Amino acid sequence: MSEKILLKYKQAPKTWILNWAIVLSLIFVVYLSLPYIEYNGIFEQGSKIALNIVKGIFKPNLALLVDFSSKDAVPYLMLETVAIAFLGTLFGAILAIPLAFLASRNIVSKPVTHSTTFLIAMIRTLPAFVYGLMFIRVTGPGPFTGVLTLGVSSIGMIAKLYVEFIEDLDKGIIEALDASGCNTIQKIRYGVIPQLMGNFVSTTLYRFEINVKNATILGLIGAGGIGGPIMFALGGYRWNDLGALLIGLVVIVLLIEAMSVRLRKKLATGQ
Amino acid sequence: MAWFKEWLNPSLLVLSNGKIVQPKRSPSVIIVPTLIFLVLASAVITEVDLWVLLKRGYQFFVIIGRMIPPDWAYTSTVLKPLIATIMISIIGTLLGAFLSLPLAFLSAENIIKNKWILNINRGFFSIFRTLPVLVYALIFRFVFGPGAFAGTLAIALFTWTIMTKMMYELIETVDMGPFEAIESSGATRLRAFWTAVIPQILGQYISMILYNFEMNVRSAAILGYVGAGGIGMLMNEKLALREYDRLGLILLFLLLTVYAIESTSRLIRERLN
Repeated sequence: MSEKILLKYKQAPKTWILNWAIVLSLIFVVYLSLPYIEYNGIFEQGSKIALNIVKGIFKPNLALLVDFSSKDAVPYLMLETVAIAFLGTLFGAILAIPLAFLASRNIVSKPVTHSTTFLIAMIRTLPAFVYGLMFIRVTGPGPFTGVLTLGVSSIGMIAKLYVEFIEDLDKGIIEALDASGCNTIQKIRYGVIPQLMGNFVSTTLYRFEINVKNATILGLIGAGGIGGPIMFALGGYRWNDLGALLIGLVVIVLLIEAMSVRLRKKLATGQ
Repeated sequence: MAWFKEWLNPSLLVLSNGKIVQPKRSPSVIIVPTLIFLVLASAVITEVDLWVLLKRGYQFFVIIGRMIPPDWAYTSTVLKPLIATIMISIIGTLLGAFLSLPLAFLSAENIIKNKWILNINRGFFSIFRTLPVLVYALIFRFVFGPGAFAGTLAIALFTWTIMTKMMYELIETVDMGPFEAIESSGATRLRAFWTAVIPQILGQYISMILYNFEMNVRSAAILGYVGAGGIGMLMNEKLALREYDRLGLILLFLLLTVYAIESTSRLIRERLN
């Protein structure tokens, strides 16, 4: 028995050369990149600031955290963040539908598919932040800019995922409807929409989750939501306010995540 | 309005065997009004102003138009921060990925049987996971001063939290047979993990690192906005100065870089799986 095992050991492919090559090349890459990561030591008072931030989180500004009337308090900022993400996602999802159909191989011809896929890839590549910086020049600071930014930056991913579902459409159902004499609108209503609806909604919910996170960073450029006050609290050394805001951010992201996961599970299992 | 009544209260149906049934009300009766309400409420909260969009929306395309043609002479200035951005994401991703492995080990249900360790670990990481990279970068900038180091740490921390979750979910799906066999022959849990679980997850681990690297290049590009190094700083400056042709060049390079990295990474990941 043990001889058999030893034999197997000897016959095992020798991978150590490859493994060492990978490790060495990783070390080489790290060595190359070190000059770019200029470490200047901890900023003067840096450790004190870090300590203050931690203290602030454990001793948040309660007045700010539970004030339900003021527009500058955490509850309203959380609401605003979710509202921006919600409208932005919806906006992006609606814009993504025509693009997705134009990029599906079973719907349109090859040249159209290729050019639309390229357009979708382009939209997807740029970070949401870049769109935000551009939109702020158009509609000025405010939550509406956040909505537009999230909308445009969501198109790429949503459309890409939609395409996969459209390409998976079961043609048999549509042919059956055709055979029983349905017109085009009926075919779409009873053949296409029921097949796509669940997956589309599930994808959109997933993107909504991501967008709630994105909405928090949009505030940094003045596009509404909880990000702006976070930046100001840090800049103004208001640690207790920062603690309250960070708690709000964590709560809102966790809540939306839990809700979205539950809804998506429901959609997937159909109950 | 007949369809509306039918929608709210479907009329009774007589089946062929004479049985009378009440069809279920469509779920859209609840969903549609809720959705309309949510959209309207959000529109009020976010101060949606379609008039402004109609009046000034074309400006977005004016800005894009001004980026063309890009200012090619500016290439030499763009390259260095672009490389820095890539390096920040490489180091950050590697650091986070290495750290995620031990923590994933400590958070996997099938390896660690102590509920306390599991839940504390997971709770800790799910809280840290909610904070976006940019918030980390903003905080680290205050602690370590402006520069690439803060950005690298932010990327590393973010990668650490997200990869820990991905990894423990992966570890929970592996075949535990070899692990139990090795453990029953007297090896420690860690040793059994190293010999039995790691080979099973290695391929997907590398593929996750690549996937995270893709994401991180994109986030590293914007870290500069809060002064945490990379090309974002330049981007922000050009936007403020309205030098759109130079911004165009930056965006073009960014687009090409991200596209190249994504394609290579996808190629490697497809081979790994």
